[in-house]
Amino acid sequence: MTLTFEDFQPGHFGTFGPRHVTREEILAFAAEYDPQPMHLDEEAAKKSMLRGLSGSGWHLCSLMMRMLFDGFISRTASLGSPGVDELRWLSPLRPGDDLTLDVEVKEARVSRSRPGTGIVTFGMRVRNAAGQVLLESTSPIIVKRRDVAAAS
Amino acid sequence: MKFFEDIAVGQRREFGSFTFTAENIKAFARQFDPQTFHLDEEAGRNSLFGGLAASGWHVGSVCMKLLVAKGQQETAETLAAGGTPAVWGPSPGFRELKWHKPVLAGDTVTFDSVIETVRASEKRPEWGIVQARNRGVNQRGELVYSFLAIAFAPRRAAGSSG
Repeated sequence: MTLTFEDFQPGHFGTFGPRHVTREEILAFAAEYDPQPMHLDEEAAKKSMLRGLSGSGWHLCSLMMRMLFDGFISRTASLGSPGVDELRWLSPLRPGDDLTLDVEVKEARVSRSRPGTGIVTFGMRVRNAAGQVLLESTSPIIVKRRDVAAAS
Repeated sequence: MKFFEDIAVGQRREFGSFTFTAENIKAFARQFDPQTFHLDEEAGRNSLFGGLAASGWHVGSVCMKLLVAKGQQETAETLAAGGTPAVWGPSPGFRELKWHKPVLAGDTVTFDSVIETVRASEKRPEWGIVQARNRGVNQRGELVYSFLAIAFAPRRAAGSSG
């Protein structure tokens, strides 16, 4: 059953994961997209503000996207997202972390420019197994309305 | 990279270009964002994007890649000239990230950054807080990506003689 705009009502939507993150993944992403010493080198990382090897913030964003996909976007009539209102990296991503994603619907409204779609604004929170919050974000996603999705 | 004292509102730096191909778009999507319009040409053409489109997080990660490469190049130049390079701290986040237009297979995006605000950190006297608008423009001159980045820049007085 495909989820449409009508399925997203303000309030808690779901909790997804856990997603285990390995040291190898952290190093591979950093080597490709964010080769700063604090993401690649144990010794340099110990001396950094983050005090130990940490994953790139963009890696954490990309992992959150994958958790959103696996959690519900894969079965949602999603048309994509126009952006991210705000995103905060609150604690570093560490090798071995088990990530959990909490998703809240902050607002859902029908699009004025595309009446067959709605804009659902999600609040996202990624935390580790110890309950420490790593990331908080607010982001809209464009979702088809049920009658439009049924017709297509 | 510059020290806090050397950064001024309005300063602009370009930090490179990247060509998004069907191969690299699909490779990123398979790993992190396997929505059909990021994986399949036909599905992309039938989507709002009008073609095989890069994941927005792929665009963001590539922007970071070029920003880091530019910073490393500047650091090497400063060291070669006998100076002390500034080492920036981790970012606490960003605001107003916009994927203005789709980035499609074959597009080349050029990234730049303009300083918007500079202020001293009250909690951390050895750091300043810099906000910069990072942007990506495609080969047709269209703005495709922008966000307001927030970063910690070290203060020269914090113990460096550079």
